[in-house]
Amino acid sequence: MVRFENVGLRYGLGPEILRDLSFAVPAHSFQFLTGPSGAGKTSLLKLLFLSLRPTRGLVTLFGQDVSLLGKDNIADLRKRIGIVLQDFRLLDHMTTYENVALPFRVMGRDESSYRKEVIDLLKWVGLGERMDALPPILSGGEKQRAAIARAVISRPQLLLADEPTGSVDPTLGRRLLRLFIELNKSGTAVIIATHDITLMDQYDARRLVLHQGRLHIYE
Amino acid sequence: MSRAEQHGPLVDLGNERPQLPARARNLSPIVPRASIAGRALVAVVAIMTFLASLTTGAVLLVSASAAEWQSNVASEITAQVRPQAGRDLERDTAAVADAMRAQAGIVDVHPFTKKESEKLLEPWLGSGLSLDDLPVPRLIVGRVQPGTALDLAALRKAVTQAAPTASVDDHRAWIERMRSMSGATVLAGVGILALVIVATIISVSFATRGAMAANRPIVEVLHFVGAGDRYIANCFFQHFLLLGLEGGVIGGGLAMLAFGFSESIATWFSGTPVGDQFAALLGTFSLRPSGYLALAAQALVIAATTAWASRRTLFATLDEIE
Repeated sequence: MVRFENVGLRYGLGPEILRDLSFAVPAHSFQFLTGPSGAGKTSLLKLLFLSLRPTRGLVTLFGQDVSLLGKDNIADLRKRIGIVLQDFRLLDHMTTYENVALPFRVMGRDESSYRKEVIDLLKWVGLGERMDALPPILSGGEKQRAAIARAVISRPQLLLADEPTGSVDPTLGRRLLRLFIELNKSGTAVIIATHDITLMDQYDARRLVLHQGRLHIYE
Repeated sequence: MSRAEQHGPLVDLGNERPQLPARARNLSPIVPRASIAGRALVAVVAIMTFLASLTTGAVLLVSASAAEWQSNVASEITAQVRPQAGRDLERDTAAVADAMRAQAGIVDVHPFTKKESEKLLEPWLGSGLSLDDLPVPRLIVGRVQPGTALDLAALRKAVTQAAPTASVDDHRAWIERMRSMSGATVLAGVGILALVIVATIISVSFATRGAMAANRPIVEVLHFVGAGDRYIANCFFQHFLLLGLEGGVIGGGLAMLAFGFSESIATWFSGTPVGDQFAALLGTFSLRPSGYLALAAQALVIAATTAWASRRTLFATLDEIE
């Protein structure tokens, strides 16, 4: 599904922050991406989400060389990827329901075909009573759950999550991990970037450890 | 079949499935209208449309008046008989009038009498002046039958034979000057229109860039959820199209009202020196129905220009955002 070969990344003329990354993410796999702060976890997620282009090396996503993709192809590929960012990126003028339903709306689907699914998911992540609330009045944990719900609602083939349990209590963290595991069981490859050792200890999965720009893989 | 359809609901709540809340619906626009500097842009487009409509209306009035003058002047031909010692001016005038009547294509020949000539010169020389003291030429005005090709050379020859001191003026110099004047007016109008349209495009481009900058987080989120540039541009485009139409209708409508009232205003001022001067230049100051149609079409063109300029800027800005 994803293949990196000798990939390097630098910002501008600065030092190379990711070096010689070579790994593959198979379909239906589950992995944690971890490493100290500043190791380049977010940059690697951005490479995977096509927000950044590698300075060198080859990145293949869903069988396509990303260096050859045009903007329209990138948009099509992103529909197959879900992403949860640390800063949530919810739209403040839309209700929680509308934020979560946004991927379906962009796909041009009729609202009646997904409304029930969105509401079920919101209930499941504990936002059933907050569907009509606007993000500015949600707590950090609620925003995080809404962002996760938006990322998983269209059941992407690849889910990228940057510190998805950073703003929630351990109980809800476990519940969200269960959501990711269920999603993985239904066929989605999952990459969770996290510092949270407790979270990683709860599920036996492959670990990708970034250290000083290099990647170490623990199967 | 989509993945969702293949796998069923992502989360099965079984018997705990909730009743659907009434308000959970997609009601908000993806790009909120309030985030676009709408009022300012509507005002700019309205003002630009109003100015463009005034320019076009004035050009149409001047062109119509100039065309009327031209047709009036072109339908007339004038012969002038200069007095000369030893010749009878009255007899020469009558002979020239007869020669003109005999010419094919000329109808309704009217030689100005001595009294009428005095009347013509009265504004310049005052009343009570006897033309016997002055060598004032006598005019003979003939009306040319419309659609007739007048043989000017033959007419000149006939007139000179009738009176050696007579000459024929077909007003070509006047017509040329009038043509130049109306042409210059139309050119100036087109120039002003071009400037107005360029200013509109620049204003709209700035407004679009501002709106895109203000809504950059929305653009980024739309990219995250897989929206293509065309989809994102359409979210903004709908707003700009409406703003352009709103501005165009307001500006064009006000200009039409202004021209509608201008006839009444011109009537109020008729008889005054200013009113007479305007009447001489612009005729009755009333726009024909085709003129109103032209103004409406122009308002639509400006609205379409607004939409086109915003769309062009949207795609350029989206290219920069990546």
